Amino acid sequence: MSDATTNMTPDPMLEAIVGPTPGQMLRKRIFGHQGLMIGVVVLGILVLVAIFAPLLAPHDPYAQSLMARMKPPVFLGGTWEHPLGTDHLGRDYLSRLIYGARVSLLIGLVAATISGVIGTAMGVAAGYFGGKVDAVVTYLINVRLAMPVVLVALAVVAILGGSLQVVIVVLGLLLWDRFAVVMRSSTLQVRGREYVAAAKAVGCSTPRVLMSEIMPNIANNLIVVMTLEMAHAILLEAALSFLGLGVQPPTPSWGLMVSEGKNMMLFEPWMVLIPGAVLFVLVLAINLMGDGLRDVTAPENRS
Amino acid sequence: MLNFILKRLGLAVLVAFTVSFISFSLMFLSGDPAAALAGETASDQDVEAIRVLYGFDRPMLVQYWDWLSSALVGDLGESYYFKLPVASLIAERLQVTMMLGLCGISFALLTAVPLGVAAAIRPNSIIDRIALFLSVAGQAMPSFWFGLILIVVFSIQFGILPPSGTSTWRHFIMPTIVLGYYAMPAIMRLTRAGMLEVLSSDYIRTARAKGASEFTVLFKHALRNAIIPVVSLAAVQMGFMLGGSIVVESIFALHGAGYLAWESIARNDLPTVQALILVFSLFYIVFTFLSDVLNAWLDPRMRAG
Repeated sequence: MSDATTNMTPDPMLEAIVGPTPGQMLRKRIFGHQGLMIGVVVLGILVLVAIFAPLLAPHDPYAQSLMARMKPPVFLGGTWEHPLGTDHLGRDYLSRLIYGARVSLLIGLVAATISGVIGTAMGVAAGYFGGKVDAVVTYLINVRLAMPVVLVALAVVAILGGSLQVVIVVLGLLLWDRFAVVMRSSTLQVRGREYVAAAKAVGCSTPRVLMSEIMPNIANNLIVVMTLEMAHAILLEAALSFLGLGVQPPTPSWGLMVSEGKNMMLFEPWMVLIPGAVLFVLVLAINLMGDGLRDVTAPENRS
Repeated sequence: MLNFILKRLGLAVLVAFTVSFISFSLMFLSGDPAAALAGETASDQDVEAIRVLYGFDRPMLVQYWDWLSSALVGDLGESYYFKLPVASLIAERLQVTMMLGLCGISFALLTAVPLGVAAAIRPNSIIDRIALFLSVAGQAMPSFWFGLILIVVFSIQFGILPPSGTSTWRHFIMPTIVLGYYAMPAIMRLTRAGMLEVLSSDYIRTARAKGASEFTVLFKHALRNAIIPVVSLAAVQMGFMLGGSIVVESIFALHGAGYLAWESIARNDLPTVQALILVFSLFYIVFTFLSDVLNAWLDPRMRAG
């Protein structure tokens, strides 16, 4: 027992000479970064809410009740039966918000993964091979940037019909530009390093060099872009649903809830304020996490 | 320099043609545009008649060529819904959108640049932290929600600003803020980073050493150099903002090109939608081209890329 405690306390002399290990320094940066910690905790809570939605929601998010339409939230004189009130069809607002977390997180995660795969493949190929491949990818990035995302997404979703799957795929196919740009420049930075040359010298195949030498060393940046694009996709879905051309009713989407509440805004502003605020908190948490990860993994790039 | 401009111009034209092809082919995503246009209740004969009337029975590339060659001389077809030439419809609505875009970018520059400069003068001060918070919060704020909050506060609670419409300058105040705040975080961060870099350079130390006043140092020596990348960022953001005006215009019922886009999409008015996607893309392409040229002109180091 006493042995264990003495082992746990580091020798101050030794520490002064050796200094903290890179792992310790990283841990210190992670736990010392306020924004990152806030983002991770808030996002963690929202993910848990989404996973355990059936256990947490007090009511069925689809159950309508004509007897209980537009009940105010408890802090505006409502009852605990519906803590955040009910909408114009008498559906429990809190339950719809809880299930809405599933929609937002699912869209963010899947859309960012699709665009991440496309963008990373393009960016890494452009950065590693250079020359013509690079020229083609740069041209494709320019084409993609020139297309107005909201307009194209709206038009395509309107033509194909709004459903969760369509929205996810359309956003996934549109949001790869930042992945391609960042992955291209990250690959350019590492492709000249000694370990890449060493891998080539010992006869590694190109796919092997890409997968085990390039990818692990640009994964940091990939994760950062991934979080930021997740936030982007979530905001875009909300905007599409708000405009009535995204996820269709009765799916509980936060953007759709804002849109439905808009008609009652004059008398019941909370119907717009609450779902928008939840959306804001989710996106803020993801962005704080992304910014924090960038600071922590690349301290030399901090502005 | 000329070489650089020609190279960029070539890329811009190539991109413009690609975008035109993509926006044209969007129409064929549904499989059969004639059936989509005729509606679900139409009979087979009706669909066939529409197919022949609008020329959907010809090969797609022939249709594209037709559309493109008339688009090049300014004829973008006729709107299915309004029964008007799309080109004049868009030209009329674009005035509002351009106006909104200019107001939005001016608002963003006038707030973000001073904030960025103030943040850079005293890094980690209260102002710097407030600016950082604003930029992080601004990026997370859904613009439609922000717009509705402004309506709740200024139109419903205080009743000082009109919630929707286009008729007076007061109708543009809230849309300008909502559209402008979107560009603010990026401009502010770039101004701050640029100022921090410039302020630690040798010529600023020289200027201080020869006894120039702090005002001269900050605005005549530092800001002038730090602002160069901001100007080109503003041009790019302007291109983005025109495309993003669709959300803002639909919240405030501003009858601009973005609102037109929303109406046309909801009404399945494909020629108008195609033309709008093309027009908004062209704006972006022109603005990025101008920003590249401006950058190269102001900073010769950029001409290599």
